[in-house]
Amino acid sequence: MSYDARFRVWRGDASGGDLQDFTVAVHEGEVVLDVVHRLQATQAGDLAVRWNCKAGKCGSCSAEINGRPRLMCMTRMSTFGEDETVTVTPLRGFPVIRDLVTDVSFNYDKAAQVPAFTPRPRDPDGNHRMQQVDVERSQEFRKCIECWLCQDTCHVIRDHEENKAAFAGPRFLIRLAELDMHPLDVVDRRDAAQDSFGLGYCNITKCCSEVCPEGIHLTDNGIIPLKERVVDRRFDPLTWLGSRIGRRRGDPGQGPSPK
Amino acid sequence: MELERHEYDVVVVGAGGAGLRAAIAAHEQGARTAVVCKSLLGKAHTVMAEGGIAAAMANLYPEDNWRVHFRDTMRGGKMLNHWRMAQLHAQEAPDRVRELEDWGALFDRTPDGLISQRDFGGHRYARLAHVGDRTGLELIRTLQQRTVALGIDVFMECTITRLLTDDEGVTGAFGYWRESGRFVAWQAPSVVLATGGIGKSYKVTSNSWEYTGDGHSLALQAGATLVNMEFVQFHPTGMVWPPSVRGILVTESVRGDGGVLRNSAGNRFMFDYIPDFFRKETAETEDEADRWYEDKKNNRRPPELLPRDEVARAINSEVKAGRGSPHGGVFLDIASRRSPEYIRKRLPSMYHQFKELAEVDITADPMEVGPTCHYVMGGVEVDPDTEASRVPGLFAAGEVAGGMHGSNRLGGNSLSDLLVFGRRAGLAAAEHAVKRSGAVALAEADLVEAARAALAPFEREGGENPYTVQHDLQQTMHDLVGIIRTAPEMEQALARIAELQERVATLSVEGHRQYNPGWHLALDLPHMLLVSECIARAALAREESRGGHTRDDFPATDAGWARTNLICSRAPDGSVALARQPLPEMPAELAEIFEETA
Repeated sequence: MSYDARFRVWRGDASGGDLQDFTVAVHEGEVVLDVVHRLQATQAGDLAVRWNCKAGKCGSCSAEINGRPRLMCMTRMSTFGEDETVTVTPLRGFPVIRDLVTDVSFNYDKAAQVPAFTPRPRDPDGNHRMQQVDVERSQEFRKCIECWLCQDTCHVIRDHEENKAAFAGPRFLIRLAELDMHPLDVVDRRDAAQDSFGLGYCNITKCCSEVCPEGIHLTDNGIIPLKERVVDRRFDPLTWLGSRIGRRRGDPGQGPSPK
Repeated sequence: MELERHEYDVVVVGAGGAGLRAAIAAHEQGARTAVVCKSLLGKAHTVMAEGGIAAAMANLYPEDNWRVHFRDTMRGGKMLNHWRMAQLHAQEAPDRVRELEDWGALFDRTPDGLISQRDFGGHRYARLAHVGDRTGLELIRTLQQRTVALGIDVFMECTITRLLTDDEGVTGAFGYWRESGRFVAWQAPSVVLATGGIGKSYKVTSNSWEYTGDGHSLALQAGATLVNMEFVQFHPTGMVWPPSVRGILVTESVRGDGGVLRNSAGNRFMFDYIPDFFRKETAETEDEADRWYEDKKNNRRPPELLPRDEVARAINSEVKAGRGSPHGGVFLDIASRRSPEYIRKRLPSMYHQFKELAEVDITADPMEVGPTCHYVMGGVEVDPDTEASRVPGLFAAGEVAGGMHGSNRLGGNSLSDLLVFGRRAGLAAAEHAVKRSGAVALAEADLVEAARAALAPFEREGGENPYTVQHDLQQTMHDLVGIIRTAPEMEQALARIAELQERVATLSVEGHRQYNPGWHLALDLPHMLLVSECIARAALAREESRGGHTRDDFPATDAGWARTNLICSRAPDGSVALARQPLPEMPAELAEIFEETA
């Protein structure tokens, strides 16, 4: 049931660092976070890692495992061969603070720029009435645990620090979509989505949906409908059609191509 | 000494439901408000709450009202709850839930478009406002987004190590940035503790690393008192397999939505564990129990939905009697009782959790579950209306406060507790700050001493590793102060805690101050030990069984203890002092609620 696994963990800080090799015991049913905790307790007491719930609900223990953005608490060791080296590195999309901990303040800065939820008045009896089918669209996006894996993986900003000022990342595009679809909200955020949050930078490659641990269809259910709503408002249909046919990178309103 | 300094009217420690609700209330009163939290914003333990927010909104059962909720809460706590807190809680919870909708929360709906409500243990009517089984996430996200929209200052990944006081009360707090290890001090006439619970002192727990009892400990050290510390809730259904996930919560909603508990023989054993106290309101046959889900008027509640203390003890007994599941739990079965579509719709997180972590499909097979340390009923003794502790300017709300839940908390009453008393604490803290504004200053000697104490683990070399001490504490509390308790075991626990306190004083940490979890743990351990000592001392003194406190050597409830609270305080020599205090007397108009038919 138990075996010794080979782990390579990135250790260092903003000034640099490298992968360090460890041999560490793994027991039945364990996840990568269990093994990282065992390293802390037995071999590297100061190994920095974020975590909270250890049940895939809080989105704290995000890292890249063999290069893939994942939650450490939801990555079972049984998905690797016993002779396979498991490499754990910090999220590449954000500056390193120390070891596996990165500076994710970018996300909190973008969150603060979202025009706040603003409800219509309550019904005379003090209640809000909404149908289940109408709340479910926004509920899908409210499942987001803010693990930032979508932000980490999105190629618009992953290796393009320069795009971060103009592009808020998939998490905040679905936040805007959530508010846009919210049955009670009365604010129009379509201009903000395009002009302040960089909706046009997204070229719907769906990488964000692929890494989402909550299985949220960010692109199909959130970003594409939001793009359609923006287009709907901004462009006359004929003009829009023309712009689609003749579209090339760098066209106004589409943003620079990230690739 | 290098020290970052801030000045506020109200400093809220903790960014879970209670902390954020307190901060919103204080801010709206015009107080300059800061939130200080150990994790990133939105990661606090509230995020793990699954089932829902208990509030007598009567959206599904017009018969429901605050009096019924009040009665359920008091009976669930075996009448040891502070009646005034239980009353305010039941009366105000519906407004607190509605207000979340004004801030963007999207609860599941009834066919009429109102907030849907689900069944839960100990609640007479379907009462829990919910979003699938991720209600805590909805609550924390809503409050987080409201906090951000209001522009309230949040100090993330920042740990408070000391409360600062003078002769008049609170003057502020001292702590460190986890990222850099640098020190920071807040000058403030009001501090609201909203730090949650203590579960990390136990080996098997649903709680995260943050639950070190630091708020309980800070309050005690500042001169406040703790009440009901012997009452620790073991949630009946935690995961038991695989070992690495042991303790992770399986929501009570599984039972609320139709799931039942079975032993290895396939029997619904809860029918054998119905206590006299709840016999009149509990179904006697499986048929009656099954009919109750559709018809609550003519049938009584299934015994699987007895309060958590009863269910946890029953599971413990079945396992001890050799009727457990292969991995030392019992079976929780919803697969044979509800359709896969229903299960995936109502319990998406549970479906995901078992699939990912245990390779069990809960729509096809039963889950294996067993008790897990989940919640501490005990906490800072507060004034029910203002959440003020005995130290002027120090307030406490949420799990860190005591009294509301008596000897056992009902499921769903925690999220409502956070909202009701978080708001009240914020209002009172803002009001107190107005009275004391400009009159507080931080004593330089206190700051120097706080910094010295925080750095002490780096000064020592060759000492023990903090992780080993934590492991030994968790094993001690698990083995000796767990679900079933005896005097000799608790005496042994106290002796071991004393040894651990000596070991903590000599441990050392490697590395430097920047984001160093070993150092952070070294600073958390004294809190964990102090709180563990309070639990063991109070549990040893209470010679009866009640709610979350079960004594093998005193298995019955006791009429004298029914009127007595145990209060922990810090003696001048630093030890924990224990005092008996009579329960506050319930006014006649509330007492008569218990005369009404069950």
